[in-house]
Amino acid sequence: MLLVLVLAIKGPTVIDRLVAVNVIGTKSIVLLLFAGILFGQLDMFVDIALGYGLLNYIVSIAASRYYQHRKCLEPEHTIGKGEVS
Amino acid sequence: MDILAGILISTGLIFFLGTTIGLLRFPDFYSRMHAAGKGDTLSTVVILLGCICLISTQGDLSWILGLKILLIINFIFIGSPTATHAMMDAGNKAGAKPWKKDAD
Repeated sequence: MLLVLVLAIKGPTVIDRLVAVNVIGTKSIVLLLFAGILFGQLDMFVDIALGYGLLNYIVSIAASRYYQHRKCLEPEHTIGKGEVS
Repeated sequence: MDILAGILISTGLIFFLGTTIGLLRFPDFYSRMHAAGKGDTLSTVVILLGCICLISTQGDLSWILGLKILLIINFIFIGSPTATHAMMDAGNKAGAKPWKKDAD
């Protein structure tokens, strides 16, 4: 399911990639918890998952604040055509 | 308790599948954002509740782990809609057009 979402990174605009990165980060938390259950060391992996959650949130906020003031990306030129600008 | 954990994790995986299909198939940035924001939050919360049910049977110090997973659930439940709103605002400010049926 993570491999399907890698396809969403190659989406038309920059903001679509931002959404895909956010979803991948949320999925990685769940994947870390499953890895902790499988390996039997959940007390270590829970802390790593908490760190990943905080980092994912900060990355989403900072990147959206960064691309908010970029007028040069102009997503509507490449939405229907499937070309990467 | 294991049966409850299996039901919760299966429900979360079904919602993850819906999120992924919606993210790949929707035509617009805003509708894609709709699929990502809701399905991601709900499925993560449900899967983590299933993990709590799964580890609550095994032993001595599992309540600390359950408390930490509840902390992750709380953070995701606050942070993910905030990040969704921030990205939606960025897309609106950058000028993404909504998808119309007769545009193409």
